[in-house]
Amino acid sequence: MTMSSKEIIARCEAIYDDLNFGVVREWVAAAPGRKVIGYMPVYVPRELIHAAGMLPLGILGGGDQLEVIQGDAYYQSYICRIPRSTIELGLTKRLDFLSGMLFPSICDVIRNLSGMWKLMFPELYVRYFDVPQNYTDEIGGNYYVQELQELREGLAEVAGREISDAALRDSIAVYNRHRALVGEVYALRSEHPEWAPSSEVYLLMRAGMQLPVETHSEMLAEYLAAVRSEDRPLRDNCRVIINGSFCEQPPLNLIKSIEMAGCYIVDDDYMLINRWLLDEVPVAGDPLRNLADAFLHHSADTAAKYCTKREDTGMFLLESVRKNRAEGVIFAAPSFCDPALLERPMLAYRMSEHNVPHISFKYAENSGQMQPIREQAGTFADSLKLWG
Amino acid sequence: MATANTEVVKESSMLKQKAMIARNYDALTSTAENGRKVAATFVPGNLNELIMCFDMLNNLPEINAIQNGMRKKSGALIQQAEKQGHSEDVCTYVKADIGQMSRGNIAPNGKPMPAPDLLLLSYTGCFTFMKWFELLRHEYGCETVMLQVPYEGDGKITRNMRDYVVKQLKEVVIPKLEEVSGVKFDIDRLREYLRNSAEAEENLVWVLESAKHVRSPIDAYFGGVYYIGPILTAFRGTPDAIEYYDLLRGEIEQRLAEGKGPITPEGDMPEERYRLVVEGPPNWTSFRDFWKMFYDDGAVVVASTYTKVGGVYDLGFRHDPDHPLESLADYCLGCYTNRNLPQRIDMLSKYLDEYQADGLLINSIKSCNSFSAGQLLIMREIEKRTGKPGAFIETDLVDPRYFSAANVKNRLESYFQMIEQRRSRAA
Amino acid sequence: MKCYIGIDLGSTTTKAVVMDESGDTLGRGITNSRSNYDTASRVAKLEAFIDTRLTLFRRELGKIAALEGRVDALLDTLERNFRLELYFAQLDDLEQTCRENGRDIRYAEQQAAISEALDAMFAQIRGRLAELFAPGVQRKSDFFRDLVGSIYMQVAEPIAKQVGVAFDLLIHLYDKAIIQVENRPPNDEVGDKFLKALDRALAEDGGPAADADGVEASIRDALDIDLEERYVVGTGYGRVRLPFPKEHIRSEILCHGLGAHLMHPGTRTVLDIGGQDTKGIQVDENGIVVNFQMNDRCAAGCGRYLGYIADEMNLGLHELGPLAMKSTKKVRINSTCTVFAGAELRDRLALGEQRADIMAGLHRSIILRAMAIISRSGGISNEFTFTGGVAKNEAAVKEIRQVVKENYGDVTININPDSIYTGALGAAEFARRAGEATA
Repeated sequence: MTMSSKEIIARCEAIYDDLNFGVVREWVAAAPGRKVIGYMPVYVPRELIHAAGMLPLGILGGGDQLEVIQGDAYYQSYICRIPRSTIELGLTKRLDFLSGMLFPSICDVIRNLSGMWKLMFPELYVRYFDVPQNYTDEIGGNYYVQELQELREGLAEVAGREISDAALRDSIAVYNRHRALVGEVYALRSEHPEWAPSSEVYLLMRAGMQLPVETHSEMLAEYLAAVRSEDRPLRDNCRVIINGSFCEQPPLNLIKSIEMAGCYIVDDDYMLINRWLLDEVPVAGDPLRNLADAFLHHSADTAAKYCTKREDTGMFLLESVRKNRAEGVIFAAPSFCDPALLERPMLAYRMSEHNVPHISFKYAENSGQMQPIREQAGTFADSLKLWG
Repeated sequence: MATANTEVVKESSMLKQKAMIARNYDALTSTAENGRKVAATFVPGNLNELIMCFDMLNNLPEINAIQNGMRKKSGALIQQAEKQGHSEDVCTYVKADIGQMSRGNIAPNGKPMPAPDLLLLSYTGCFTFMKWFELLRHEYGCETVMLQVPYEGDGKITRNMRDYVVKQLKEVVIPKLEEVSGVKFDIDRLREYLRNSAEAEENLVWVLESAKHVRSPIDAYFGGVYYIGPILTAFRGTPDAIEYYDLLRGEIEQRLAEGKGPITPEGDMPEERYRLVVEGPPNWTSFRDFWKMFYDDGAVVVASTYTKVGGVYDLGFRHDPDHPLESLADYCLGCYTNRNLPQRIDMLSKYLDEYQADGLLINSIKSCNSFSAGQLLIMREIEKRTGKPGAFIETDLVDPRYFSAANVKNRLESYFQMIEQRRSRAA
Repeated sequence: MKCYIGIDLGSTTTKAVVMDESGDTLGRGITNSRSNYDTASRVAKLEAFIDTRLTLFRRELGKIAALEGRVDALLDTLERNFRLELYFAQLDDLEQTCRENGRDIRYAEQQAAISEALDAMFAQIRGRLAELFAPGVQRKSDFFRDLVGSIYMQVAEPIAKQVGVAFDLLIHLYDKAIIQVENRPPNDEVGDKFLKALDRALAEDGGPAADADGVEASIRDALDIDLEERYVVGTGYGRVRLPFPKEHIRSEILCHGLGAHLMHPGTRTVLDIGGQDTKGIQVDENGIVVNFQMNDRCAAGCGRYLGYIADEMNLGLHELGPLAMKSTKKVRINSTCTVFAGAELRDRLALGEQRADIMAGLHRSIILRAMAIISRSGGISNEFTFTGGVAKNEAAVKEIRQVVKENYGDVTININPDSIYTGALGAAEFARRAGEATA
């Protein structure tokens, strides 16, 4: 039965709204011995979790529908909201099905949260996942392969079974397919933004944080088929890229507001994990080496990464502007976000240098006020159209 | 009791330190004449001995920011940086540094500092460091070399971590230092400097541990900041540092023998009423006023974690000339902010016990997520484990807008009175 | 009689409590805070002593069998008339000061007119003031400044026109004078005023015959009791110097914790939402503070937040609660910053949300912010005492009951109408302990 895009997105929105992770609980209950490993932004090699027969669950905070009461006891007011809402999810037993939690090296807040989580949930497998910032194969690469091996061993212990190279290769193949489909959705949106509104694409990708990868791949394929067959009219909107939203997520209303203000979002950095590895990861050969190689040489750029050469700063974003024929960039970062806010002046400089118009603002995952966003985005859109 | 007009008696170690700092700034501001090359690096992960091997000078932007903070110049510099587009939410050391740069990069001696020949990005214990030097690189267009020091996520140093750091030193950092300085690396030179470091570290640790005595002869936070100066900055590995710590140890031994409390800007501490462990960096813009609040109530800090930010020496580690590169790696990996939260809690718990403290005070810094994120949990955990009370105050490093004397004083006094009340109850 | 005094210099009001050696509260006083801290303390203390006298009157009159059932009414009348005496005295001072200010050189040309205006005005003010203190009259405030200020404004306008003096000039004279008057040390001699007030009270009651029960004699007895100030403890922060010697100062957090314990001995957690700060305090079974957290930098979560909202909606502060109670739908206000609360409010109205619902959402917002402070101080343990101006707001109370129930289960929540005196009560107890220790 083919679903319409409306039906698909409705299902995605139900998953997104469910703060109790019902769909994950269903998956766990469906067969004995099933385990879930949670992870936070920006990137973890989900293939390893998958190869162990476990479900990777992307945890992106509690969003604007979650009231944070206990979580506020853990953080001062000048720290972003994602760690406190994540703790809230943990303390209110909404994550009681987890067997492990991975904290990637994105910033010091998430870094320290890994230690806090160890103390608060001592029975869990908790790992700080430290990615290399040196991109030389024998240096950063060697370090990273060993890190991956340690992660593999840790996950194997949780799963109660070994993670073979063969299993890893299979998982890489599965995720290659997923990456390709995600890429297709993004490419479609860039080519025909009127067919795939960003608020829909967003919900589609959010659903993927909770669904098994195979199910989500099917869903992506269905969505692509559906929107290609539905005829949605083109609007006189300008084309923009959102940058800076790779960790604490904006409320859905913010994305809708930007669209309502006259912008087509033709690229973004929401849920970068889906598009972190840019190319197909080789299936043959040493899987850990392949994943390391892909990370070091074929991965996306973000504020949490070190840029080895000065002239490379901001070039990934610039390339995206060119490839997606964007007319401007909206720097949208969460309040207090060190990586995004520190990086911003350098990215802004690169954009100005190449005459790419840009604006910036801050948000919180529970921002309630969309009026200023609409105004800023609207003014930006108008200016792009008038003077673009 | 000292009045505001009394001259603060300068001990020999203080004078020596002042001279050392002045000499370093003089050298930094006369590179046109002396032809020396300048490296900039960070206090956590400060590879001073290595830099010395290449005859380079060490300029530490954090120290410059502190100097500006204590001279009350940082406020204007930060606002300058914010005008240039840097966010209000980010680290004020970074903004003070960028502000300083845009105003001629003037050193405390009034002369301009040169652009660095090399940014030695020691990515240790703090994410902001990475972007700080990227920003400086963007401005200066100079050479940059990055050393990644992995975080002790599981509370220990693994072989992989150590190997990685050593490999980077061998294949990335040292070659770059050679290239920029024109000096060939001589590992024996490094060994010699590390030998010097170890000697100075012995005496430093003795000084820090002198606070275990009831009637501590030192203040391990405000005073401590001066005591760790040479070991944390451009002098570790030098004969000057050895001399400094010899002098300092002698002075503290003397104070112990005479039953004296710590020396403060207001004079000797007359009475030791409260013994505290402090977590978190100090505020620099109101440093003296902040210290005075402790002095006024007879509160002595007997141990602090900030004094370990540039290296932890009181848990047994010494720089080891027999394993120079591994030793440098372990030094970096062991810096306080590179340790995980459970380790930090263990350390604080140990301090409260071994230094016979009355309680823990956390000075939470708005700018610094590396220290601050998780401090509320640290406080509750420590209270649970030790049964001793904790207090929480909020200030900043060098942005004067975030230091409210009335608020800080209110919380401190409430805390001291709380301890007092508990004592009289227990009696 | 040994008296122990606690004085709490708050940001809006200064409170004082007088306690006897066994820890019973004899009297409480409150006044608006003013720039001269010393005067503010003395006025509050004076008010507390007046209240103490009334307590003593009550005890004496209570011994007269014939007065059973009538003591309260009599004391109300007495107090009302006493206030009037007090205010007449202050009004004299105000008039005198206005006249002096009116003799300023820049008004040289208008001396006669000013004099005429002041004569007419103060005669009327005296009359209106007396009316305000007639039996059964509801007053919006009992502070001299509030009462006289509004009357002066009303009376000044027509008289200004009549006499041919600028209205602004008359206002200026008042503005200058009221500050001078308020900051002068109060006259402590209250005995005479009580007796004069008693005459009026008895006259209202029906004349000299009304004193067949020996009321006057009892009052005189009570006035004769010597109230000995043994020890004073002051509290309050944010001031360069409190007008007390160092040994006589206690932190307001400790005073607040102890005060809450005295009011409700089962208290373990105290939340105080004041106008400008919010405190979360944990106390042990003896009222000793074991943990505390404060929000003293950010308006969100303080009473100030509601002040901004009231301004935005053009409502009185006291109207917000009742409006919020009419809510029928849950509206979530997400702005944690006070500055944006107004904008979000307008946004919602524009989207068609009901005022009552938005009001309820805003109240929930302020409570959630306060809960963050409480969480950081250690959460809520049974019993939970809620103090501060916001505790009088029924909508805020409703939200807090709900949040507590949802997150901490069944906890006894104490809300005391006299909670504004919590700090001063704690301070008085500290004074008593210090005084009795050296006795």
